[in-house]
Amino acid sequence: MSNSNYNKDKIPSTHSKAPWNAFVGWVNGDTPEDKFEKPELYQAPKQSHDAHNEESAVQQTPMPQAENEQEYNTDHTEQGHFLLKEKFTKFYKVYIVIAVIIGCFVVGILAYAVCCLPPYGYAENPVNNEVSEKYLEDGLEDTGATNAVAGMILDYRAFDTFGESTVLFVAVIAVTMLMKRSMNKKDEEGERLVAHETEIDKKDQNLILKYGAMILVPFIILFGVYVILNGHISPGGGFSGGAIIGGGLMLYAMAFGHEKISKIITYRSFTVITSCALLTYAGCKAYSFYTGANHLGGDIPKGIAGAILSGGFILPLNICVGITVAFTMYGFYSLFSKGDI
Amino acid sequence: MIILEFALITFLIVCAIAFTFSKRLLTSVIIFMAYSLIMSIIWLIMESPDLAITEAAVGAGVTSVLLFLALKKVNALKGKKDE
Repeated sequence: MSNSNYNKDKIPSTHSKAPWNAFVGWVNGDTPEDKFEKPELYQAPKQSHDAHNEESAVQQTPMPQAENEQEYNTDHTEQGHFLLKEKFTKFYKVYIVIAVIIGCFVVGILAYAVCCLPPYGYAENPVNNEVSEKYLEDGLEDTGATNAVAGMILDYRAFDTFGESTVLFVAVIAVTMLMKRSMNKKDEEGERLVAHETEIDKKDQNLILKYGAMILVPFIILFGVYVILNGHISPGGGFSGGAIIGGGLMLYAMAFGHEKISKIITYRSFTVITSCALLTYAGCKAYSFYTGANHLGGDIPKGIAGAILSGGFILPLNICVGITVAFTMYGFYSLFSKGDI
Repeated sequence: MIILEFALITFLIVCAIAFTFSKRLLTSVIIFMAYSLIMSIIWLIMESPDLAITEAAVGAGVTSVLLFLALKKVNALKGKKDE
């Protein structure tokens, strides 16, 4: 109560200082108990207002204070709601105008920048410098990969790709921490929800989804494997192929439920396989550092360019990245939908 | 070919505007899928098939499914609570 009195004395009845006073009250240890007392304090001037209905001129003075108090403890009364609503509608009107102005400004800057860009595909553009020349000319000889992009990201810049895979792995760890249901502590609400959903899944004969998945999933996963294995020959690579396989696994889990897929992918196998793939990648990269950090495995035979078994370390690295990405994508889906892998 | 490019870019801009103006979150996600699909075709025209494959798989596939799941988590798929 003392805190309320303090506020009553200190709060000036100007509109603009209310957030500052709210902040001061918060700093001074404004507990929720105080908040419950506030409506009473607010009621008092209102009742007096009702009593002396004629002397409206005198009554104007407590009202701003009441307004202040209302802003101070946000709501709980209808009038407070109304005042807040009014305030927010005012705010949104200004907000829309400012948003449109800023949007036009940014669009103008971007349009101007687009006008200053060099023409598309022009030979003397600044992108056509000696770095890309080096990659395009010596890439096939250095890396043994027909696909210049794969040669670049998995040989010249393999360390970057390792970082990307690790970022995905860390992301799935974070999602596991957030979403995974605890093994020891039985979460009854979650259990009931999952049981309910599996029952719905069993009852619901989603024929279009099931038959569509039955036809599509093998081809999707096969295409993903093809994209990974041909990453150094044709466009594609570990990340794209892994994402395709992950999409196929998600479709399978969506159509046939989690029970079937959890026979193959359990939480344990998920962690083991993903970690092993990342560790293999790290081992290859460590070997490259050990041999002088010029290329990834400089003394590995390159093979004939264009064959599957060529390109030195690129094929196993593609497989590692693909496994990591596929399992990560499926892990995201599984954790989001079921809370478990 | 130029007509196709202009048509695709027009679709892209229409999708981007419709995405921000749609009231329902479910509609927004579906428009987002269409946006990614058009973008992947544009990547293909701009001669980067790697990006096209990744965009089609991640942008139109995985991200949308994850967004659908997030909408399901917050009970926004029924069409009542979303706005």
